[in-house]
Amino acid sequence: MTDKRTVTALSLFGLLLLWFAAAALTADPQILPSPAALVQPFLREAASGELPYHLSQTLIRVAWAFCLAMALGIALGLLMGRSERVDRWLDPWLVVFLNLPALVLIVLCYLWIGLNEVAAIVAVTLNKVPNVATVVREGARALDPQLDAMARVYRMGRLTRLVHVTLPQLAPFIAASARSGVAVIWKIVLVVEFLGRSSGVGFKIHMFFQLFDVAMVLVYALSFIAVMLAVEWAILQPWERRVRRWRTA
Amino acid sequence: MGDPATVGAARAALADRVIRVNVIRKTFGASVVLDRVVFDINPGETVAILGPSGIGKSTLLRIVAGIDTAYEGEVERPAALAIVFQEPTLLPWRSALRNLTLVHPGLSDDDARAMLGKVGLGDKAGLFPRQLSLGQQRRLALARAFAGAPELLIMDEPFTSLDPATAEAMLSLTERLIAEVRPATLFVTHARSEADRLADRILELRGAPATLAPHLIRNGASS
Repeated sequence: MTDKRTVTALSLFGLLLLWFAAAALTADPQILPSPAALVQPFLREAASGELPYHLSQTLIRVAWAFCLAMALGIALGLLMGRSERVDRWLDPWLVVFLNLPALVLIVLCYLWIGLNEVAAIVAVTLNKVPNVATVVREGARALDPQLDAMARVYRMGRLTRLVHVTLPQLAPFIAASARSGVAVIWKIVLVVEFLGRSSGVGFKIHMFFQLFDVAMVLVYALSFIAVMLAVEWAILQPWERRVRRWRTA
Repeated sequence: MGDPATVGAARAALADRVIRVNVIRKTFGASVVLDRVVFDINPGETVAILGPSGIGKSTLLRIVAGIDTAYEGEVERPAALAIVFQEPTLLPWRSALRNLTLVHPGLSDDDARAMLGKVGLGDKAGLFPRQLSLGQQRRLALARAFAGAPELLIMDEPFTSLDPATAEAMLSLTERLIAEVRPATLFVTHARSEADRLADRILELRGAPATLAPHLIRNGASS
């Protein structure tokens, strides 16, 4: 465990050194500022309240889109994995949506729903649902029929069966789609904000892009990466450890 | 649970009921597996079905349990049903105690602990099934079956893959729990000794498609 952490720390330190070296070689802070040059802008932006505000706006959108995409994707994947008939009917839709570029969905949502919060969250959700459904469908196809039979004979209630028999079997698939989901969703949220919102990290990156302020683009991007890493370490990893406890006990 | 008052009430409610099995035909594709398998089980009676591997014993049990509904015929069965599969078929992500209380929501933690105590798992309530040996997992499956004071208990070769000592301990435990709870019991086995030990009546599946042999084996003697 300690070895793994040491390697992670050394690896990140190596990346930092590479950045310092590249900045020194470029010798143009407007193109690539060194990491040290970001400290002052970061502190200034944090103290003004701008950085926390825009980070929280993006985080709220990520949370909404993540929860909606996971709920819809799990329900759809479960339905398709359990029913061959539903799968036959919905599989072509899934293929279409999986191949629809994120940008197209975002633009269409803004055109159809308007430049508002609902359109932003719907666009991100629709982008992620097909991925979650595809992964969860594989899990639903592999559900243990004996456990199903047991639950039926003992007349376990629908909710009990879902929570204690079905979802634990799907947990590895849900965890895999949740982790990739968070990573993909926040990137799409930034595009959504870039194109049509007046708050959030994506909006700020758009603004500093127009000002050609690379330092501030990096400040906002790195800050949000830090937030998402904190979400991964503080929420996702402990949750995954908890649901996997029975395997390692 | 297995306390005398509850078991007595369950038995009284069952007094005039019989489990009636009338499977006219069961097919898998073009192949007929079971043909005219008809028998009754009286309240409190233990019936064993003997037959070689692959003849359709487990298929018959799945029909009786209501798991397999694609057959010609009808089965009259009580609502309070319990089953013990060949494999323990537990919820590996829930503790031994939760494996009982989730399946029987009316069962209190104390009653569940008492049931675990009866099968020798009193100190294992908090463990996950993977932390138990196969013999212990089988006992947990047995505890789950008896915890609901079933009117009909179905067991599908519950003593296979166990070493002789563990199988003997399981047989004794099953014998004791059946005597205490007195469900109508239907179990399949290919071991004549297990049938002789537990059953009031032994039926034999034979032939292709399988049907019940015309003779009845009772207490080790054919009639």
